[in-house]
Amino acid sequence: MLNPEVTRRREELASRLRTVVDGPYVLSSLEELKPYECDGLAAYRVVPLLVALPGSTEEVQAVLRICNEERVAVVARGAGTGLSGGALPVEDGILLSLARLNRILTIEPDNCCARVQPGVRNLAISEAAKSHGLYYAPDPSSQIACSIGGNVAENAGGVHCLKYGLTVNNLLAVEMITIEGERVTLGGGGLDGPGYDLLALATGSEGMLGVVVEVTVKLLPIPQRAQVALAAFGDVETAGQAVADIIAAGILPAGLEMMDNPSIRAAEDFVHAGYPTDAAAILLCEVDGGSEEVSEDIARVRQRLLDSGATEVRTAADDGERARFWAGRKAAFPAVGRISPDYYCMDGTIPRKHLPRVLSEIARYSEESGLRVANVFHAGDGNLHPLILYDANNAGELELAEEVGGRILELCVEVGGTITGEHGVGLEKINQMCAQFPPEELQLFHDVKAVFDPHGLLNPGKAIPTLNRCAEFGAMHVHKGDLRFPHLERF
Amino acid sequence: MTDHDISVDLSAQVRDAAERHQALRLVGHGSKAFYGHAVVGEPLELADHRGIVSYEPTELVLTARAGTPVPEVESLLTENGQMLAFEPPGFAETATLGGAIACGLGGPRRPWGGAPRDLLLGVSLLDGRGRILRFGGEVMKNVAGYDLSRLMAGALGTLGVLLEVSIKVLPAPKVERSLTLALPRDRALALMRDLARQPAPLSGACHLDDRLHLRLSGNASSVAAWEKQIGGEGGSGNEFWRDLRDQRLPYFDSERPLWRLSVPPATPRLDCEQEVLTDWAGAQRWIYSRCNGGEVRAEVAKVGGHAILFRHGDGKTPVFHPLDPVRERLQRGLKQVFDPHGILNPGRQYAAF
Repeated sequence: MLNPEVTRRREELASRLRTVVDGPYVLSSLEELKPYECDGLAAYRVVPLLVALPGSTEEVQAVLRICNEERVAVVARGAGTGLSGGALPVEDGILLSLARLNRILTIEPDNCCARVQPGVRNLAISEAAKSHGLYYAPDPSSQIACSIGGNVAENAGGVHCLKYGLTVNNLLAVEMITIEGERVTLGGGGLDGPGYDLLALATGSEGMLGVVVEVTVKLLPIPQRAQVALAAFGDVETAGQAVADIIAAGILPAGLEMMDNPSIRAAEDFVHAGYPTDAAAILLCEVDGGSEEVSEDIARVRQRLLDSGATEVRTAADDGERARFWAGRKAAFPAVGRISPDYYCMDGTIPRKHLPRVLSEIARYSEESGLRVANVFHAGDGNLHPLILYDANNAGELELAEEVGGRILELCVEVGGTITGEHGVGLEKINQMCAQFPPEELQLFHDVKAVFDPHGLLNPGKAIPTLNRCAEFGAMHVHKGDLRFPHLERF
Repeated sequence: MTDHDISVDLSAQVRDAAERHQALRLVGHGSKAFYGHAVVGEPLELADHRGIVSYEPTELVLTARAGTPVPEVESLLTENGQMLAFEPPGFAETATLGGAIACGLGGPRRPWGGAPRDLLLGVSLLDGRGRILRFGGEVMKNVAGYDLSRLMAGALGTLGVLLEVSIKVLPAPKVERSLTLALPRDRALALMRDLARQPAPLSGACHLDDRLHLRLSGNASSVAAWEKQIGGEGGSGNEFWRDLRDQRLPYFDSERPLWRLSVPPATPRLDCEQEVLTDWAGAQRWIYSRCNGGEVRAEVAKVGGHAILFRHGDGKTPVFHPLDPVRERLQRGLKQVFDPHGILNPGRQYAAF
C-alpha cells in the first residue's frame, strides 16, 4: 500500500537519516535502490523508499528511533538469500541492511561460544573457530553467503538438524534493538537467561519483533570423523521405511537425506556425483563422532539399509568420495535450475510416516498441472523440498506453480505437518498460514507482535496474515465445504 | 492408573475464573511447589489430565497430556531404547511432564542433550480466557508463526495452562560410564572446559568436594577409548547423577538459602561462591553464600549470568533475577496478551505479573 505522503518525503527522510548514518550509506536514487528490490525469492520485487546501511549498533538504534518517530516501516535485511520473501522491501518503507555489521567480535574457546555481528556469514564463523577445534553446527545450504542475523530471523536449519538442531538450539544470546531504539539482551552468558524465553520467541520471528545487532552462538567440538553411505532404492516407500528402520536401530545420523528420481538425474547431469540414475530414490546417511563410533555406526547403517531393501549401498572410501556423494545433494537446487527455466522451492514438513502418501499426491498434482516436480527431502527431520518446475515466460505458469505449491503445503498441514520447516513464511506462504492456524491463534500472533511493535512498523505484512486476508483467501479455497472465518466480512 | 482427557473441564474452570477475575494456582503434582513465589489463588488441579496421546519411536516424537507422570513417560521410552534428553529433575516420583516443561529445568545432561525448550516441539494450552490454543506441532522443523510453544518452557504456568506437550525424544546411549577424579575445584573446572572443547562423549560433568564426576555416554568403543584417555576411577552406576538431578546429594541437605547461578562456564570462582557444587561443566553452580541477595546478583550479572534463589529464600528476596526495564516491559506485555485478567499463577515468577 503506497503512502503518498511518505513517498513525497523521500528526500526529507533521507536527509534526516544522513544525520545519523554516513551520507553514502543512505541510498535514495532508483539505480542504488534497485539491487535491494528482492531477496532469494526473485519472483517478488518491490523497490524500497530508501536503503540505510548503518555501520554500528548506535546507528541502528538511531535509524529505528527516526522510523518510530516518523512512523515509517522498516524491513531488516541480512545477505538477502532468504527464500520466502521475508526481506522483500515495502515501497513506503526503509530497507535496513545489516551488511556492514560484519565483524566477529570474540571467539571464546573456553566458553565454547562466539560473539558476532549479524552480517557475519554463517560459514565464516566455523572457519574462524576451526583453529580451536570448534564449529557452528547449523548449515543451511546457503551457508557460504547467508548471514547469521538472517539465520536468527528465519531460525535457519540445514542438513544436520536431526542431530544438532536448528538455529534456536545453537544460540546463547542475541542483542536486539526495539523499534523504539532501545537495546535489550535476550538469553544470557550461561546456558539460559532470566524470565521468559524471549530468545526462542525472537528466533524465527522474521524481523517482525526487533532488529538483531549481535549474536552469541554456541560452538561445538568438530567431530573426529564423518562417514556417509549412499543407498539406492527401487521405490520411494522402501526408502522411507529404511529411514524409519535406521532410527529404530537407535542410530541418530548427523545427516539423512533423500532425493527422488528427477532430482537424482538433475544432480548427476550437473555434478557427476556417481549417483545411480535408474534408482527411484537414493538416501544419503552420514554418521559422525569418534573414530571407533563412526566405524561401528556406518557398518550398522549399511546392514540396515540392505535389510530394508536397498538395491545397492556404497560407503565413501575416503573424504573425496564423501564430498562427491554430498556434492550432488548440495547442488540439487541449481541442478534443477539447469533443467528448467524457473523453479519454485517448497518447504513443508511432515511426520515422516506420511511420506509415501504425500509423494504420491504430489505426483498427482504434477500430472494434473502438467508441471514437473523434483523432490529433495531432509528425511531425518521430515522437511520436504518439492521443486516445482515452470517457465515464467509462459503466461500463467508462475500462477499455476504457486497454486500447486499451495496445494502441497495444505496437504502438509492436513497430515499433521507444517507449511514451512526452515525457509520462513515471509510473503510467500502467508496465505497458507490461514490453513495452518485458526483466527484466534493468528490474532494472538498479532497481539504478540504489538507488544514489541505497537505501530506495526517492523517488516509489515509478512509472516502473519491479517484475518481479513484469510477471509478472502478462505473464500477462494473452500476446504471440504467448510467456510473458514465465517464471521468476517468479505471484500 | 487410567488416562483422562479433562481439557474441556479445565477450560470451563479457567473461563469461570476469568469471569470472576479469580487467581488460579496451577498444581500438577506439587513436586516443585517450592520453586518460585507462593501463589495465592484457587488450585487448578492438573494431575488428572494424563496419558500418552501418541508415541512413535521411529518418528522420535512423543505427545502426552501435561499431567502424565515423568516416570511413566521415561519407562515407556526406555522400553524402546529412547530417552528424554533433558533429563528432567523431578524431585519426586510423581512429577508431571507438564510441570517439568513449565519449570524449564534441565538435569546433568542439559549442556549436551538440551533444555526442555530445546526438545519441545509443540503445545496445546489454555490461555487466561480458557481458550484451547495450539502452537508448534509434532514435527522437528517448524517456523510457521512465532515460536510460542518454547515460550511456555520455564514460564511457570504464568502464560498458559499446558494441556499437551509434544517432545523430541532421542535414542538412549548404548553404554554409560561414570568416572571420578580427585581434583581441586580450579583444576577440575579447567579439565571440564578442556573436555568440553573436544569431541568427547560427555553427558555429565560435575565437581563437588574435591572430586570431579564425569559421565560418558555413547557407543562402547568410544566410551572405552575416552575412559582410558581421561583416567580416574570408573563405574557403571548412575546413582550419583540421579541424586544430583533430584538434589538428593547430602550437599543439598541444608535449610540455608540455595542459589542457582547460570554463568559462562569458564567463569573462575566468584567471591559469592563460599560453598559450591559446579555442574554443567561449569555453567550451572549451586551455592551457599554469606553474601546477601543483592551482592550475589551483582557479581553474577557482572560476568553475564543470572542468579535464582532456588530454595529456602527469606520470602523477601525475589526468587528470580530482576529484569531490566525493557525486558520487564516486554514480559509484562506478553503476560497481558496471554492472560489479560492476570489469573494464571500471578506472582509465581515475578511479583508484578
